[in-house]
Amino acid sequence: MELFDNLMLGFANALTFQNLLYAFFGCVLGTLIGVLPGLGPLATISMLLPFTFGLEPLSALIMLSGIYYGAAYGGSTTAILVNLPGETSSVVTVLDGYQMARQGRAGVALSTAALGSFFAGCVGTLILAAFAKPLTQFAFKFGPAEYFSLMTMGLVGAVALASGPLLKAIGMIVLGLLLGLVGTDVASGVMRFTFGLPQLWEGIDFIVIAVGVFAFSEIISSLESKEIRETFTEKVTNLRPTREDFKRMIPSVLRGSAIGSAVGVLPGAGLSLASFFAYSLEKKVSKTPERFGKGAIEGVAGPEAANNAAAQTAFVPTLTLGIPGSATMALMLGAMIVHNIQPGPQVMTSNPSLFWGLIASMWIGNLMLVILNLPLVGIWVKLLTVPFKVLYPAILMFCCIGVYSVQNSVFDVFLAAVFGFFGYGLKKLDCEPAPLMLGFVLGPMIEENFRRAMVLSKGDFSVFVSRPISAVLLAVTAALIIAVALPNIRNRREEAFQEG
Amino acid sequence: MRIVRQKDFVTGLLYIALGVAFAVASYGYRMGTASRMGPGYFPFWLGVLLAAIGVMVLWGSLRLHAEPEKLQRWAVRPMLIILASVFIFGAMLETLGLVLSLIVLIVGSSLASPEFTWRSTIINTVALIVFAVVVFVYSLSLQFPVWPTFIAG
Repeated sequence: MELFDNLMLGFANALTFQNLLYAFFGCVLGTLIGVLPGLGPLATISMLLPFTFGLEPLSALIMLSGIYYGAAYGGSTTAILVNLPGETSSVVTVLDGYQMARQGRAGVALSTAALGSFFAGCVGTLILAAFAKPLTQFAFKFGPAEYFSLMTMGLVGAVALASGPLLKAIGMIVLGLLLGLVGTDVASGVMRFTFGLPQLWEGIDFIVIAVGVFAFSEIISSLESKEIRETFTEKVTNLRPTREDFKRMIPSVLRGSAIGSAVGVLPGAGLSLASFFAYSLEKKVSKTPERFGKGAIEGVAGPEAANNAAAQTAFVPTLTLGIPGSATMALMLGAMIVHNIQPGPQVMTSNPSLFWGLIASMWIGNLMLVILNLPLVGIWVKLLTVPFKVLYPAILMFCCIGVYSVQNSVFDVFLAAVFGFFGYGLKKLDCEPAPLMLGFVLGPMIEENFRRAMVLSKGDFSVFVSRPISAVLLAVTAALIIAVALPNIRNRREEAFQEG
Repeated sequence: MRIVRQKDFVTGLLYIALGVAFAVASYGYRMGTASRMGPGYFPFWLGVLLAAIGVMVLWGSLRLHAEPEKLQRWAVRPMLIILASVFIFGAMLETLGLVLSLIVLIVGSSLASPEFTWRSTIINTVALIVFAVVVFVYSLSLQFPVWPTFIAG
């Protein structure tokens, strides 16, 4: 019953009027911006992050997780109503969700997504709470060599399991790691890659890169695509799924939650993988697979549950080991560091009220979303009719003020514009910016652990393979690279992503 | 030799250029030994790794049987307008204040849209400035000058 006690402690801390208010604001803001087509959760979170920095750590994290879930949920709404996946994880929601909308069942699709997500969120939170302790204990056995190998595995895993060419993505990680090293070297006090600019002594702020490569470049790309999309804004009326709908969706939600929870825990595996898996599983077990792609409710329920469960359990490696599995988690990790919380095994013991408060707040955030979204769906839908030409100046305003207010530095605004240019260029070259962000956040940590490991081993590189845990982690990394590089598996991987 | 995959070719060149630049810059810092690494050691090898990945991406782009892929055209006009608006906003903010800088940012960036009209832009600008002043200045009390410093003092 220790788990129960811990959760109680968490709720006691999270359930203050003020924190509930922040959770509410976070959900509203996250959904509000997440709904906007062309602005994924990464851009949403990077844009809103700076405004949480002035709060108490727990309140800030609660608001942030509200934003995180809100953005993810908003993305599903857009997927269903506009046929436009806001992020890779809602790509599969588009398939059947949009078809349901075309059949006049947009309301049912939206409530299926919301209820499925809520249930999966509860499962995910419980799993996170249950896993946190043993994993933390395990993590205490880790030395610098293990951490180095674990981060390497996380980084490689994040790109190996995502779509896109592996080699280019690894290049982006390495570039991210290098950008992360800009600034004062902690061990020697030497300024690295600062071009003599005092504004770079503390390194590049992660908000600057995130706003540049995610928000600015997304706005520019959206401006060039002239595609007009059909939006279902009038027909969202009947939100209630029928008895038949419930019968179909409940098993799908259960399966989706299980898959999502399992996949989300893996360091490196993204939410998209969870929803792809769930979709193909639903299609496989269905007695009527031909309905998929034509508005099958299972095709919405399963993936939506999976992706929300994975969104919860993705916090497991982030919170217990301090290693983010995705670019979104990298942003959350960056935000915790801003609040002087270095995520890792020590957080749970040194600051239990914060740790369990955050976990409780995840559940609150999920509940808030259901309460908020089902009755208010009409408002979100209205938002979809606001033309982009009105929206993007507002987004730019948020970004610029946000970037400036982090350190009251105009230099950061300029630098964000430079990264906007860079990010847009990368987009044109088909280079994903997400691995760059992941590398950027891990850069300083991976260097520190590498150096420490080498000091302890007196310069002997074999320390990474002679310590068993480290060796296993590196072997998994190598296996991942080989698996993706082999033409046979590569083709199958591409097929799987195309099918999805 | 024909460049089959142009995007990969350029990516490869970019990785090589950045990798070499980082490696050369790192070489200027103390390298140290494997057991006592200086500040240059880790970034130097990362730079080398990036350049090596660049070479591999470049090599892959030259394979004849690869699917041809051309470079995409850049939307230069919206890009320049958006980035310039952000730059000018940054340049103005601390001396001319939030309100004037936001006018430039919002009106300027709105010009990038193919559906630009003065009417909606002006309405949007006024609404956003009111929002920004109420939320950011009064509610969140973020620190920046609202009006030009030579007027407000």
